[in-house]
Amino acid sequence: MSKTSRLRHDQEGLRWNAWNLLLLVPFLMLVTPWFNAIEPTLFGMPFFYWSQFAWVPVGVACVAIVYVRTRDESSPLAPGAPTDVDDLDEGAGR
Amino acid sequence: MIQWTELAVFSVLFAVITVMGFMAARWQRGSTLDHLDEWGLGGRKFGSWITWFLIGGDLYTAYTFVAVPALLFGAGAMGFFALPYTVILYPMVFLPVLRLWSVSRVHGYVTPADFVQGRYGSSLLALLVAITGLVATMPYIALQLVGLEAVLRTMGLNGTGIAGHLPLLVAFVILAIFTYQSGLRAPALIAFVKDILIYVVILVAVIYLPARFGGWSAIFDAADTKFQATEATSDNILLTGNNQLQYITLALGSALALFLYPHALTGVLASRGRNVIKRNMMALPAYSLVLGLLALLGYVAIAAGVKPITNNATGRADTNTIVPVLFDNEFGSLFAGVAFAAIGIGALVPAAIMSIAAANLWTRNIYKAYLRRDATPRQEAAQAKIASLVVKLGAVLFIIAIDPQFSIDLQLIGGVIILQTLPAVAIALYTRWLHRWALVAGWVVGMGYGMYLLYLIPNPNAGRAHFGGSALALDKLTLFGWHPFTGSPVQIYVGFVALTLNLLVAVLGTLVLRARNVAEGADATSPADYHADEGSERLKPVADVSVEPAR
Repeated sequence: MSKTSRLRHDQEGLRWNAWNLLLLVPFLMLVTPWFNAIEPTLFGMPFFYWSQFAWVPVGVACVAIVYVRTRDESSPLAPGAPTDVDDLDEGAGR
Repeated sequence: MIQWTELAVFSVLFAVITVMGFMAARWQRGSTLDHLDEWGLGGRKFGSWITWFLIGGDLYTAYTFVAVPALLFGAGAMGFFALPYTVILYPMVFLPVLRLWSVSRVHGYVTPADFVQGRYGSSLLALLVAITGLVATMPYIALQLVGLEAVLRTMGLNGTGIAGHLPLLVAFVILAIFTYQSGLRAPALIAFVKDILIYVVILVAVIYLPARFGGWSAIFDAADTKFQATEATSDNILLTGNNQLQYITLALGSALALFLYPHALTGVLASRGRNVIKRNMMALPAYSLVLGLLALLGYVAIAAGVKPITNNATGRADTNTIVPVLFDNEFGSLFAGVAFAAIGIGALVPAAIMSIAAANLWTRNIYKAYLRRDATPRQEAAQAKIASLVVKLGAVLFIIAIDPQFSIDLQLIGGVIILQTLPAVAIALYTRWLHRWALVAGWVVGMGYGMYLLYLIPNPNAGRAHFGGSALALDKLTLFGWHPFTGSPVQIYVGFVALTLNLLVAVLGTLVLRARNVAEGADATSPADYHADEGSERLKPVADVSVEPAR
């Protein structure tokens, strides 16, 4: 969506992390021609249906990996320790 | 004929959640209920489990459980878009939703329109976002009633005229009163019961029913036979050449739209911290699995030879009754009663959350922004409670006075219109490059064009010339009389087309406005706000009664 705008790093306080790219993997399931078929069936279920069920754990795994791999960056700002002048200004008012 | 056993089980479970709804006011009580943070967001302190049940109860509604199988029953593979939609949803919103949570906690925002106001300093843009949210949410609440009524009518409460709507009215009055009293805590607590019931019912249904009808292979064969027998070419157990693009764009568009709905954000903003949201983005797909299995019950219903019930209020066969009828036919009345209670309570939880979200929007972005600028937090909470009653009353009137089909159509439109707030809400979380007036222009153009395209869509099955669905044949796509894809029967989701034009106008408008140095308004947020987590001193205290800084 607006992921490309992350390059405007300093201005918007965006944090780049390559692990986040994993979040794009589940979008591959939108390529319908890959799985719009009856065969091979599984438990009598056409490929179209069971293959899409198989994407559920893939989606979960992608989010889980990103969660674990980016956990340490979650609060680099120590409470009450603003990093720049703007923050000092902003923090004082609230 | 009234099914007394089912009705008794349903009533007992309904009584249980009614008591829970009233007791919820005391649950995890904060300092006061006279503040929107408490009444409207449950004190902003829900942990991982509560949030999982709350958001799950909010997004996977009774209507979803009734309508998605009905879609497969009628249209085949196209209806399965609900699965990819909910699989791509969480990876897509994982990062933006965290930013929204942080900035909302720092500044005390309750609604997405609050954020837009703070980010752009434009009350017009905030008002547009608030009105869009209200208009999109109202038919959604009405739809929950459609789900509830499908169940009530299956149990035999299928009267004509006003008397036919009476059971619905009773259920909704109870809902209205406990929501008024307990706020968001009521649906949060009831969601536990709802989801446990739903999981039990679905697991039993998907294990027992396929075996009963000769396994999945026989069920898919039955569906295939039915679809081949009809004249229409669009229904099939696989996607056809014409509806693949619609499948993709509808799944993508629905995923983009979902967390723009105010009620979805209410669940997010009520959570305690960023880690709670992250864990939920991992765990919520458990519901997707259930939804996918449930969708397949549409085919099971075909194999079981289910005939939809005729709604005596409208005189037409209502395909939304196929899942209730399937349960009614195949299960003992005790278990069918449990299943109906699951769907019925599944209607009340989201209806409560949606009415609270709508009430928050009204109070914060219309009442406080325009009618009474000096409202105290106490007055805000009082106003929101009353607004929640009005919203629910409106939804009931909607169902009683107007054909339910109308609210189904409106909900389709709702997805298209809520998508038009994506640039002002979601993109604004990342960059403020888009100019506020360009966003207003994009909203106006996207909304107008979306409505126009929806107007062009006929529905031959229902015998209607306009507003017949959200799938537009590319042949009909027109821009000032220019038809870029003449003759093409390939279908696309209208919301997607309208959003594209909206973004185009917003970008071009921004370039022009920047070249002319038009004032872009003040930004009340700072970059670090978007990363603040629980424990940070940046966060605004919950239910803070101090006067807000001037906006």
